Formats: sequence, C-alpha cells, structure tokens
Amino acid sequence: MSLSPLATQPTVSATMAPHSAAAARPKVEIRHLDFYYGANHALKDISLLLQDKSVTAFIGPSGCGKSTLLRVLNRIYELYPGQRATGEVLVDGENILAPGLDLNLLRAKIGMVFQKPTPFPMSIRDNIAFGIRLYEKLPQSELDDRIEQALRRAALWDEVKDKLKQSGLSLSGGQQQRLCIARAIAVRPEILLLDEPASALDPISTQRIEELIDELKPDFCIAIVTHNMQQAARCSNYTAFMYLGELVEFDETETIFTHPKERRTEDYITGRFG
Amino acid sequence: MGIYARRRLTNLLVMGLSIAATGFGLVWLILVLWTLLSEGVSALSPALFSQMTPPPGSSGGLLNAIFGSVVITLIATAIGTPTGVLAGTFLAEYSRRSRFGEVVRFINDILLSAPSIIVGLFVYVILVVPMGHFSAWAGAVALAIIVIPVVVRTTEDMLNLVPNALREAACALGAPRWRVIVTVCYRAAVQGMLTGVILAVARIAGETAPLLFTALNNQFWSTDLNAPMANLPVVIFQFAMSPYSDWQALAWGGALLITIAVLCLNIGARLLASWSTFKP
Repeated sequence: MSLSPLATQPTVSATMAPHSAAAARPKVEIRHLDFYYGANHALKDISLLLQDKSVTAFIGPSGCGKSTLLRVLNRIYELYPGQRATGEVLVDGENILAPGLDLNLLRAKIGMVFQKPTPFPMSIRDNIAFGIRLYEKLPQSELDDRIEQALRRAALWDEVKDKLKQSGLSLSGGQQQRLCIARAIAVRPEILLLDEPASALDPISTQRIEELIDELKPDFCIAIVTHNMQQAARCSNYTAFMYLGELVEFDETETIFTHPKERRTEDYITGRFG
Repeated sequence: MGIYARRRLTNLLVMGLSIAATGFGLVWLILVLWTLLSEGVSALSPALFSQMTPPPGSSGGLLNAIFGSVVITLIATAIGTPTGVLAGTFLAEYSRRSRFGEVVRFINDILLSAPSIIVGLFVYVILVVPMGHFSAWAGAVALAIIVIPVVVRTTEDMLNLVPNALREAACALGAPRWRVIVTVCYRAAVQGMLTGVILAVARIAGETAPLLFTALNNQFWSTDLNAPMANLPVVIFQFAMSPYSDWQALAWGGALLITIAVLCLNIGARLLASWSTFKP
C-alpha cells in the first residue's frame, strides 16, 4: 500500500482499496459522494476507487443507487433539474464535480452505454461518425478508417460492412447495443460506463457483449452496472455491492463472491434477498 | 336474458350508433364535395389559369388570384415556419417544466384557437392603418400569425415524443446541447414537424377573414407586395356574393381549386407521416 500515492489519503479506508492494484494509480477516485434527487438522498457517503484497464462491477437490488452512481461519473444527471451531487470525484486527480468544468469535454473522455440500445435515427455509418465529428475534423478516408476500427472492436464489422448506409434502427437489439458500444469507443474515451448493457438482450447477444467487455478491458477503465450476478462474476475484476444508497462492500470480485465480509453481501449473492 | 346476451345486444346497439354517426358526418362531406365538383368542373378551363379576374359580363379567369394566393401563402409559411419551429423547440427542449414555458404554452393554445377574423383586425390595426393602404405583406403577416401556433404546437409535441434516452446518449458522447437538438432530436422528429407545417399551410390556404382586412383584392395582375393583391378566398367571397352568373361560376372554380390544393397537401402530409427515411 505504501507505493500508492493515494494510500496516505485518510479519506479512503485501506479496506476500500483492492490489494493487488495498490501499486497502480486509480483512474477514478470517488470520495464521500452524496447524491440527491430533490429531497431524496439516493447515494450516501460513497468512497471507492476505479482502477484503469480493469472492469469494476456494481451489483445490488433495484433502487440501490448503482445506476445513479454511474450517472454521476459523467454528470449526465445534470440534464435534469433538481438532481445534485456533493463530495468529490477525481478523474486522473481532477475533481469532475467542480463547477466551471467543461461538461462536453468531460463526456467525450467518458463514454456511456445505456440499458436500452439508443441508435440515432441515421445510418450506421453516421451513428459512429457523429461522435468522432464532434471533436475531430478528419478527411473522408481517415474517418472511414476510424469507423471501421470502432465497428471491428465492437465485433460488429462483419455483420454491417455491406450496409453502412442503412439505418441504425434496422439492426437487431444485440447489434444495436454493439453499435452503441462502437459509437462510444470511436471517440476514444478513457473510461467506459456500461449501465446494464445486456439486460435487454437475449442470452447469445449477452454473451457477445461480455466477450466484448473482456476484449476492451486492456484499454479502458470500465464500470458496469448489472443485475446479473453471474455476469459480474464472469467479467469483472472488482465488485461493489450497494444497498439502499450505501456502498456495503467493495473488493476483488473473487473475494466478494467467495469470502464476502459483510452479512448483507453474502445474503444478496446467495439469493436470500434482492 | 343472460349477462352475455345483454352484452352482445349493447355491443350491437353502440356499434350501430357509431356507424350511423360516421355515416351522418360523411354524407355532408360527400355532398359538399359533390356540389363543388358539379358546379366547379364546368368553370375549369385554360382561361381560368391564363386570364385575369374580369369585370362582370366579360370572360376571364383567376390567374391573378391564384398567383396572389400562392405568393401570400408562401411568404406566410416562410415567416411562420422558422418562428414556430424555434418557439416549439424552446418549449420542448429548454423549458419543459418551467413556469415561463407553461405561460407561453397556454398563450400559444389560445392563439391556436383564436378566430381568424380577430387576427385580420389585429394586423389591420398594426400594419394596414399605419401604412395607409392594404398590401400583400399585411396579408402574409396575418396568415403567418395563424401558422405560428400550429407549428409551435406540432414541433413541441413531436420533440416531446423523442425519447430522453436518445438525448442522453448524444450528450454522453460530449455533444453540446444545440448539436443534440439539431442533429438527433430534429432528425427523429422531422416527419411529424413537416406534417405540422403542411397542415398549417392547408389551413391558411382557405382563410378569408384575415385577408379581407389586409391584402384585400386586386382586379389586375400585380406583383407588388406593397399593394393590394388578389387572392382566391377573397375573390370567391366577392364573386359568390355577386348577382352575376359568370362571376359565380368563377367562384365555384376557385373553390374547387382551393379544395383540390388542400386535399393534395393533406395527402402529402399523410404520405410524409408514413414514409420513413430509413427503410430496414
């Protein structure tokens, strides 16, 4: 622990920091985060670290605040009035909850994929080009390369390479979701937020998404919210169990699923409640 | 009688009444169209489209009135569409839950159902009186005031149908708000918005009252927007009220023309609503 520049921070307890990653500087550091929907206190004093090049899963029963936590990380909650967050969220050491931060630049750096696929009403090609064009002015050939790259990484290229001009809405649900992942990684973010990315998909599409998460792991800091505990166990390095707006336990996935310290965690993963 | 038999009977009764009511409505529509066709078709001739409105007793057509109607309607649409689209966007995207938005929405709804003669009088007072004469401009402004609330309403409704998930997805890529609206929301809502514009045009195509106080009429060919300009509704009004049978025939012809134009616009709107840019 002594190697970590953050180990001396009194705000993050030693048990919160996963052991094996102690040497690496965490990509995201959440400190004493509280979140409110109007008067509803939805997140209570959350502190945890997200490591780079690894997958952190958030599990817990409905309404426990896991999606809310994800929505704080790119401040997408600010689209709606009456929602506010207090505390600190450090991304590469910079507090993204600070006022005056350029939200568009922040969101370009932090990609997000939602529960339901959200292809834009335009062609498959334009769906991917949309994000790239926001911050880069590329010549046609280079843009085409980037689109192909993104679609290949999302394991969608072979299925759509002959119909790039067709509507994104013409794809199946699983393909649409991979299109959304391709769209998110095309802008070359550093962090990927996946909000139940497979819960609206059939088992085969789900498997493809999980394989995809595995392939993306070496390059991104990935946070995934899931209702599916097997999914969390299969594809994450770290797991956070949340309950009623609190972070109950956070550790390496293996530890959480084999030797949970908290009684509530054990009850949840063994299916006794939730 | 069992409970099921009674339900069947009630069902039959209500269905019968519904069909009768539909038939009653349709009969009048068909009669109107039939009268219009039987009286108007005889007036349809090349002269209708090539000659000016005549003095009583001589032959002529409606060319100046057709031209005037097209010009005034186009200008009104050109003023009303951007204004309405921008205001509708403001209501749907920037002030969905604000008090100010509520007030604007309420006023727009009042404007939507305001009698058109009041709009005509209003423009008469603010434009015609200060200018000292009737003009095509005043007519176009009056019709634009009728177009705006229709377009505001349809734009807002259509944008409200765009799922928030789509806005979130675009924002999450780092797109600024205006870009989300222009490239994602408009694209998702464009068919409905265009349908609204077409229906607004169809509505003003036959408006007479606002033009009586503004563009008035002109017996001659005129392209001067600063002068009174002939237009179909006012010509129909004037000719149909006259005692001269040749004028009355021209009025029937004009009425048929407007009806056909409105019919075409409505069919166009329908086609547009069902037509999709992105076929699977």
